[in-house]
Parts: sequence; structure tokens; C-alpha cells
Amino acid sequence: MKIFELMAVFFRVGVLGETAYRANFYIQIFETGLNLATALAAVAVVFSQTDSLGGWQPFELTALIGIYFMVLGGINLVVAPSLQRFMEHIVTGNLDYTLTKPADAQLLVSIAEFRVFRLVDVVLGAGVLGTSLTVHAVEVGWLVVAQFTAAILAGAVIVYCFWLILATMAFWFVRVENILQIFWSMYTAGRWPIGIYPKWLRWMLTLVVPVAFAVTVPAEAVSGRLDGDALVGAAALATALALFSRWFWRKGLAHYSGASA
Amino acid sequence: MRHWLETYRAFLRIAVLEQLQYRASGAIWMIGSVLEPVVFLVVWSTVARSQGGAVAGFTAQTFAAYYIVLMMVNHLTFTWVMHDFQFRVQMGQLSFALLRPVHPIHEDVAANVAYKLVMLTVMMPALVVLWYAFEPEFALAAWSTATFVPALLLAFLLRFLAEWTLALATFWMTRVTAMNQIYFSLQMFLAGRVAPIALLPAWLGDLAHGLPFYYMVGFPVELLLGKISADAALDGLMAQLVWVAVMAALIALVWRRAVARFSAVGS
Repeated sequence: MKIFELMAVFFRVGVLGETAYRANFYIQIFETGLNLATALAAVAVVFSQTDSLGGWQPFELTALIGIYFMVLGGINLVVAPSLQRFMEHIVTGNLDYTLTKPADAQLLVSIAEFRVFRLVDVVLGAGVLGTSLTVHAVEVGWLVVAQFTAAILAGAVIVYCFWLILATMAFWFVRVENILQIFWSMYTAGRWPIGIYPKWLRWMLTLVVPVAFAVTVPAEAVSGRLDGDALVGAAALATALALFSRWFWRKGLAHYSGASA
Repeated sequence: MRHWLETYRAFLRIAVLEQLQYRASGAIWMIGSVLEPVVFLVVWSTVARSQGGAVAGFTAQTFAAYYIVLMMVNHLTFTWVMHDFQFRVQMGQLSFALLRPVHPIHEDVAANVAYKLVMLTVMMPALVVLWYAFEPEFALAAWSTATFVPALLLAFLLRFLAEWTLALATFWMTRVTAMNQIYFSLQMFLAGRVAPIALLPAWLGDLAHGLPFYYMVGFPVELLLGKISADAALDGLMAQLVWVAVMAALIALVWRRAVARFSAVGS
């Protein structure tokens, strides 16, 4: 399993790089904590006026926010920084060095940079998710665990492929960072179950920016409201996107001619 | 006076031309400004419907009016100086601004106004689309519409001066993201962006009226929608004036010390 060996190596490099700036760790805890508190406070304000939002109970919504932060942490841990660096390397021509290495280039550019302190988001998000479920003494059966695992894996693959497709566009267009900003703007809509949004926005959050599959579907799995179709749909989309993004990556790579002087 | 008009005309012209160059990325930045009020509008109208049509006097249609106006007020008053200042100070770009015979805040005001003008070409279509999608219900009164204009101008001035003052913290601190985030979190709640102030717990509502945030966004929005009595409107305008004076005094006080601390390394 060369993939995991390589990931472990890059992860270790990330740890070495980041632990040199230990104050950042505490700043990260503070910032993530504040963000989480803001999101939870907004939920509290909403539920001070109602008992359920579009059929979601308070603890189900806090569980959703936990998942939102876990996914956010995952993206910021490795996907976003690595692919951002990759796009810079296309412009500077440094990608040449990656291509000479004896491993798959897509793998190398996708795991090149680990921001290990972003694990704080994942841990705190998981904490909120766990607390939401235990406080309400929710019986989590094996089926729910299996569904949640499948949903979050599919969501992770979909989000990664989405980022890879956008980043691959950098082979043709130089200024893709702006397009990535669309993702960040729209991702915040995932703090609420997408079922409450009007149809046009729901479609955008499902197909244009895959927030639905990344956050809402796993949250539905946890609260036991997931129907099989959504899970099958997520798995199908994950497979299709994985194949397409791989094909698109190869196309882009064939188009690359190096930019060194 | 003439001198100032000419200065601002020059700054505005440069800034508009610059914004037109980056219009695509500028438009992408607007997505967040449109989406945030839409999200809260949807959340609150869902709540209103589940509570038999209204919460705290707001129906789905009046929430739509509130958030559509809020979107415009927020667009017209927001600034990005707190993000920018860190780079200016740490990269030494401020040196150029300091060489000019005008206070650098004027260039920032002009750049802000220019961006808003150019981006109205994005905001106006968004306004029309949201209008049709959410069918807001307005009851405009002549006096509140008339007082809305000065209230909006004061809100812009207040938010600009407050954020410019806070941005000066980068002269003393290397990492200001944590401080900025506290400010933005407070503003989300106390300016009326998460919910109209009337829907917040009473103690938070009182806090909002005692701090400047509400007067940057929520106050002009509620004024236009006729949610505020004439007396309260007058009090609000007075509060805006007082806070603007406080912020202006703070800038005058802090700026001199900040510049004295500043040193750039040339190359």
C-alpha cells in the first residue's frame, strides 16, 4: 500500500513543519471554537422560536454542525492546501519536479501539504457530533454506523473529486483560485439541512457545489432519516466523479508543457 | 473643499478602473454577500411557517423584506480593511500611502465606494431575482424612507471608521485573525444578520442597543421597513452620530502612535 506509506510521510513532514509554530495550535483551537460557538448560538436563537426546523430536532441540527466542521477540517487538512500549492506550481513551473518523481502525480499533488493543526476542526466537530447524540441518549445501531460511514466516505470522495476537477482547470486557465472561492461561499449554506432551501438552491448545493452529499446526507444517516436511494445516489456520484476527475486530470496533464525558463 | 473634491475624484477614477479590471473575481466575492442573507431568510421563513405563519410579528413575507433590505445595506456598508491591513503593515506596502500628502483613509473610502458602485451591477439583478423568488411585503412610510438615507450614510461611516480603527491593531499584533473573528461573530448577532434583533433573547437585544454593531446594519434596515417609531428613529440617529464621533476620535488618537511604530524594510 504505497498510497498510505506516502501519506504517512507527508503527514510527518506536516507535523514537523507546523509544530515549529506552536502558538498557531492555540490560535486554531480558539478560532475553531469561536466558529463552532457562533454556529451553535445561531441554532439556539432559531430554536428559541420553534421546536423543529423543517422536521429537524435541535440535537439533529447540532449533530449536522458537528459533521459540517469535520468535513471542513478534512478539506483544510490536506485537500485545499495541497491543491492550492499545485495550482501555484503550474504557474511557476515547479510542477516539473513533481512529475519526475516515481509515483502517481495526481496522488503526489493531492497529499503534498498537510496542515495538521486543522485536525482541531475534525476533533471538535466530532466532539459536537458525539455530544449531540449522547445527550439525547440516541441508540446508535450498527446499521446507522454503517450508513454514516458509507455516507461520509462518499461525501469525502465527492468533495475531493470536485476540488481536483477545479484545480485541474488550472492547466488551461491561470486564475482558478477565484472559482474555488465559489466553493467556500456556498459551503457555509451547509450549516443548515439543505431540505429547507427552495428547489433552485437545493439543486445548486447538490450538483454545482456538492454540499448536500458532504454534510446533509451523512447527517441524515446519523439521525436515522436517510433513505436508501440517497445513499445509492451518493455512492454512484462518487464513483462517476472519481472516474471523470481521473480522466480529466490525465487530459490536463497531457496539456501541460512546463513553464520553466 | 474644492481640493477634497478633486482628490476624491482622482481616487475614485483609479479605483473604478481597477475594479473593472477584476470584475469577474469581484463578482465571485459577491456570492457570499447574497447567499448569507438568503440562507437566514430561508431558515426564518421556515420557522414562521411552522409557527402558524408568524414569529415575533414577522411573517415569511416580512422576513423576505427584512433580509432583502439587509442584503443591500450590508453590501453598501461592508469593508475589507481588516483583512487588508495586515498585509499592508507586514509587507510594508503602507510606505507608499504614507508618502502621499493625504491621510490613507481617504483612498480606502474611495476604493470602497468604487467597488460598491461597480458591484451594484451584480447586486441589482440579485435583488430582482430574490424579489421574485421570495415575494417580500413592504409597508414604506414617507418619513422613514426619508430618514433611511442619512441613517444609511451614517451606518456606512460608522462601520468604516470602526473597522478601520480595529485594523490598526496590526501595528501592534502579528496575528489579528483571532481578533477579527471575534468582531465578525459579534457583528453577526448584534447587527441583526443572524436574526432581527427582536428575535434575540432580551439581554442580547439590550446589548445590541448599547453597542455600535446594530447601528451599522440592523438600524437602517428596520428604519426603512417601518419597524421603528419616530422617537426611536431619532434616538438611533443620535446614537449613530455619537458612535461615529467616538470612532473618529479613536482613529485620530491611535493613527499617530501607529505610524510612529511603523517601519518598513526596503529592497
